[in-house]
Amino acid sequence: MNTEILLSISGLHKAFGGLIAVNQMQFDVHAGEIVGLLGPNGSGKTTVMNLISGALQANEGKVVISGKDITNLPAHKISHSGIARTFQLVRVLPDLDCVENIEAGLAYRTNPLWGDAAHSAALELLDRIGLAKQAHTPAGDLTYIDQKRLELGRALALQPRLLLLDEWLAGLNPSELQDGIALVRQLKEEGLTIIMVEHVMDAIRSLCDRCVVMNAGAKIADGTPDEVLSDPEVVRAYLGDSHA
Amino acid sequence: MTPFLKPDFIRPVAIGAAIFAALAFLPSLVDSYYMSLAISVVSFAVLATAWSMFSGPTRYISLATVVFFGIGAYTVAVLGEVMAFPLVLLCAGLAGTVVALLVGFSTLRLAGVYFVIFTFGLTELVRQVVSWYEVNVTREMGRYVFLDITQNDIYWQLLALFAVLLLTGFVLGRSRLGFALRIIGEDETVAKHCGIDVTRVKVALFVLSALFMTLTGAIIAPRWTYIDPVIAFNPMLSFQVVIMALLGGPRRLLGPLLGVIPLTLLFEVLTASFPNHFSILLGCVFMVIVYLLPGGVVGLYEKYRAPKKRTLSTDTETTRKSGEKTA
Repeated sequence: MNTEILLSISGLHKAFGGLIAVNQMQFDVHAGEIVGLLGPNGSGKTTVMNLISGALQANEGKVVISGKDITNLPAHKISHSGIARTFQLVRVLPDLDCVENIEAGLAYRTNPLWGDAAHSAALELLDRIGLAKQAHTPAGDLTYIDQKRLELGRALALQPRLLLLDEWLAGLNPSELQDGIALVRQLKEEGLTIIMVEHVMDAIRSLCDRCVVMNAGAKIADGTPDEVLSDPEVVRAYLGDSHA
Repeated sequence: MTPFLKPDFIRPVAIGAAIFAALAFLPSLVDSYYMSLAISVVSFAVLATAWSMFSGPTRYISLATVVFFGIGAYTVAVLGEVMAFPLVLLCAGLAGTVVALLVGFSTLRLAGVYFVIFTFGLTELVRQVVSWYEVNVTREMGRYVFLDITQNDIYWQLLALFAVLLLTGFVLGRSRLGFALRIIGEDETVAKHCGIDVTRVKVALFVLSALFMTLTGAIIAPRWTYIDPVIAFNPMLSFQVVIMALLGGPRRLLGPLLGVIPLTLLFEVLTASFPNHFSILLGCVFMVIVYLLPGGVVGLYEKYRAPKKRTLSTDTETTRKSGEKTA
């Protein structure tokens, strides 16, 4: 395992009015690793993703990628520093076709592609995520799983170093889930570092090198999937005192 | 740049150039009543197309058209006799650009209805500021515009401006900047996460659109001989432009033109026949268009064409979804 730290989060704090959504969060992500971000509903996982990607501004704390402080930079600058994301509720560009959806990721990255180069790169990427046949279908007309694939394709088009997947595997049927897991594993083999918020245990066990568990905005466990899933504190957070 | 040498770029530009060259001979064919009508059509065509260039893809409804139009007209009234007309146009363009930059950076973070209300309020603000200045500083309300510019000159200038606007829009449609604006219109959050500096793109397009509106006001000012703030900053103009663009279809380059031609003629008839009820009739026209043609004439055309094309490639879910969209 590579020990170089790609992303480092320290003292991250976010409150919405009186509600503390993220409380002194702290963890590192090593290059090439898949880290699962777990926790019960409302524990602040998506908020952490939004703070890393610049969709929200932190009240306190630091987010550092490869030694570069990106805390509270605007989202487009964070995207330029090598972080791409998908959304919990899938977001495609509905009136644009699949090629254009991918080109959206290609045209404004640090080494942008445009025109014929972008078109052929987009077709190549669509082929890779299994959407080659739908190249000219408007994204809004795709099925749910295909929209998820397309959203991932757009994130990959940005050539990220770190990919944030927010419940990307949620809502898939068993065979789609196997395809999805295989796709994520392939990305890891290509050297991509991934943070995934996920509830699907099969996916967590088979994909994650490490898991960070949150409850009520704070970190309660950090370790391998087996370690954290048997941690009494984690069981209590999910199931209540009587099961711990 | 190679994209400009491709036949799919050269052909439409050549056809457009030929049409504009032919239109330039209009003054030798028709009398001055029709020339006056032609000036109305072309000026509204510039305003509605410029409006759509920004508001079409972003879906920000701006009611500030007349702010820029009025700034152009007023610049001519103030500077017209001081310097050569091309220089006056340059000054008008600069003034419009500066105001658009200020407005853009301060308001394009506003979303939806707040932006609409702000742009409407801006019209009133600018008109009051100009009135205050005229009353308290120059101590003269209203100005005369006596320039040696004929009706035909105005027509030719507007026609040239429209040609430049269409060419700009056409190039923009194939540029990264134009594509960025479409992405922003689809989903601003996604646009940001794709690496687009959303504020800069929106301001750039807002300024470009405002520049064309300002120049229209400047070019058309000599037609009036007398202007005051109430004439130059009449909010009715902003509404007319929105109605025209929406009737035609603001998401295609030539869409607004399809609304401008019938509505300019309709407004001409209405002002002549019912001068006292014009506002009410304008409101009715607005409602009819929004209820019956939400996508404009272009949208109507696409709606009846698109399902046939799509069912070839996809299943029944497509028709269900497009049904939901139109509902």
